Amino acid sequence: MTTILQPDHATMPGVSTPAKSRDARRVRGLSDRAIAWLFVAPTIALLLAINIFPLIWMIRLSFTNLNLSMSYLPLRFVGLDNFRDILTDEDVWVRLQTTAQFVISSVVLQVVVGFGLALLINRQFRGHSFWTTIILLPMMLSPAVVGNFWTLLLQPQIGPFNHLISLFTGVPPSSFSMTGQVALAPWTIVLVDTWMWAPYVMLICLAGLRSIPDYIYEAAEVDRASAWRQFWSITLPMTVPFLMLAVLFRAIENFKMFDMVNLLTSGGPGSTTELVSISLKRAAFEKWRTGYSSALAIILFVTVFGAANIYVKTLNKVKQR
Amino acid sequence: MRTLRWLRSTAASAVVAVAALGVLGGGQAAAQGKQLTLCWAAWDPANALVELGKDFTKQSGIEMKYEFVPWTSYADRFLNELNSHGKLCDLIIGDSQWIGGAAENKWYVKLNDFFDKEKISMDDFVPATVVGYSQWPKNTPNYWALPAMADAVGWTYRMDWFSRPEIQSAFKAKYGRDLAPPKTYDELKQIAEFFQGREIDGKKVYGAYIFTERGSEGITMGVTNVLYNYGFAYDNPKKPYQMQGIVNSADAAKGLEFYKELYKCCTAPGMTNAYMQEGLDAFKSGQVAMQMNWFAFFPGLYKDPNVGGDKIGFFVNPAGPKGHFTQLGGQGISVVATSDRKDDALAYIKWFAQPAVQQKWWQIGGYSALKAVVDAPDFPKSAAFAPQFLESMGIVKDFWAEPSYAQLLLDMQKRVHDYVVADKGTAQQALDLLVKDWTKVFKEQGKEVASQ
Repeated sequence: MTTILQPDHATMPGVSTPAKSRDARRVRGLSDRAIAWLFVAPTIALLLAINIFPLIWMIRLSFTNLNLSMSYLPLRFVGLDNFRDILTDEDVWVRLQTTAQFVISSVVLQVVVGFGLALLINRQFRGHSFWTTIILLPMMLSPAVVGNFWTLLLQPQIGPFNHLISLFTGVPPSSFSMTGQVALAPWTIVLVDTWMWAPYVMLICLAGLRSIPDYIYEAAEVDRASAWRQFWSITLPMTVPFLMLAVLFRAIENFKMFDMVNLLTSGGPGSTTELVSISLKRAAFEKWRTGYSSALAIILFVTVFGAANIYVKTLNKVKQR
Repeated sequence: MRTLRWLRSTAASAVVAVAALGVLGGGQAAAQGKQLTLCWAAWDPANALVELGKDFTKQSGIEMKYEFVPWTSYADRFLNELNSHGKLCDLIIGDSQWIGGAAENKWYVKLNDFFDKEKISMDDFVPATVVGYSQWPKNTPNYWALPAMADAVGWTYRMDWFSRPEIQSAFKAKYGRDLAPPKTYDELKQIAEFFQGREIDGKKVYGAYIFTERGSEGITMGVTNVLYNYGFAYDNPKKPYQMQGIVNSADAAKGLEFYKELYKCCTAPGMTNAYMQEGLDAFKSGQVAMQMNWFAFFPGLYKDPNVGGDKIGFFVNPAGPKGHFTQLGGQGISVVATSDRKDDALAYIKWFAQPAVQQKWWQIGGYSALKAVVDAPDFPKSAAFAPQFLESMGIVKDFWAEPSYAQLLLDMQKRVHDYVVADKGTAQQALDLLVKDWTKVFKEQGKEVASQ
């Protein structure tokens, strides 16, 4: 028979009994709940100060005519005028279309390339770790570095990209400009973004592929399912939730895309690659139209928030299936 | 016992260290009281100003600290600073177009009383610089800055290429006239076409370099050099802010078409988003025959071992069918209203306004706007580009300097770049849209805009 010895709290030094703890709390006048709040309060205060307060302030400003370059003008409440101006401005709709085209093209391409890379990397081969590191390098770089780096690569006279194209097609390297031509610039920003972020999609897909138990493939082998059939019936369906997650992350990020595109094209040629985030930055910090840009930021926030919510609900349904 | 002694000695050392830090901190604070921060753009003349400022420190004991920001983010960075009433800058060399906003928003200290007290007369400075850099409202005796860096758009050319007999004879055979720096834009285009794609010393070269930058002010600062000379004006001189038929006149549209033709026919590939630095690179690498750029860079170019000296020549912005003007650049120096060291900052301006200091400023690479310097008999011989600079300062025109200048500028950037680089619409449509944009901005600013 085993005897379990219970420690005697009352006699152990430094260990208080429940009765003593209660007394201590009473002395300090703090309940468990209050102590919990005490610990959480700094985080909540910080969150309120850097997130919630600016958001409320921005909502307030969006109903005013505030222009910081003319702050001497009286601040007027203009109701929904800023929202009406934005929603009836043809240019804003064009910028939204440009953004949508960029988001869709780049995310589709990144998913295809990322998933393909994940399928390759998922196999064991010589130099596997080395190639994985090489593939992951672009996403470790800062977008500012990527923007400047690709600006040089794409320079029509000295950049290697045009010379490479010339090598395969015979087109003179300086006869086209990837960032300066209306037909090419939108694809250039998609290309560079895919180069940078396809590895990220690859990582997520790799996690999905590695989560598929081997016995499912073994069962398929027993049933003599072809590799193609295994891909369509096992690999793809079981990685769909991961792919959808990757799409969500990349779509939100690309909707906010600013730095890389700003460095590559500054929104040009003309306004060909002017994404809505570039418009927002110009309105807020170059034209100083604070009221107008606050309203635009709210519209974008609601759009992303709404779309993301719908998407997450769909993702949950897919997971449940 | 040993532990106690160790504790005591550690505590004593800590006290000494804290005291020493305090003394050092105090010393730093004292030095900070005698320190001024001057904000400007990061470019060649800024280096000259650092050199010049050493004399001020020697005389006054006030240390100079500099905050230089690249041109592409210069306006964003410092307008943000001024808007937020920051204390980074005590003195600022702000762009000419900021003067309206800076005066109306009280970002700068008004200098009239100071000028009167120190007997600094604006009559002693080149009139265009006083109007452009100091006055708000324009053409009224209200001064917010001292003209600090006179500047305008000018052109450089490869004098060594122009003087080669085989090139000269080929040009004469083709155009029936001597190859010489152009006096008109038509001549400039001819020369640019002549050089475009030509092989010189085994290297393919291009005709001209012009501004096409989209993000900040580049293409506007380039296109206005042609537009002014084709009849473009910002508004009706008799009816302020009346732009319809002036900004978008048929002549102005012809000027815009000409700029596009020049861009299409005669620039190097890939120059779709290029401003000052790209121009300097193109010229220094021997890629272009002629380059549009600010006079501020010309001292540096003249000294360049590859393309400077007797290889480089300078000419004034060519005339057009409707006139002869050039785009004003340059800046005035102002005291920031939120500075805690206004007296020291004013002392710097007083020192900077002295003729001897202005003379040195010009000699080491800055551009003085003081008449005593630029009107001196030996001034045209003082530098290879001095005569062109002097002529240019007599024909300058500036962009809007209204408080809403940033909106007006970005609207023009968009409309012009859309037409010239992105091939969107016609020149007339671009200017019509510009009038629409500008009308909206001025109405928001509370101005009355007459349509006719």
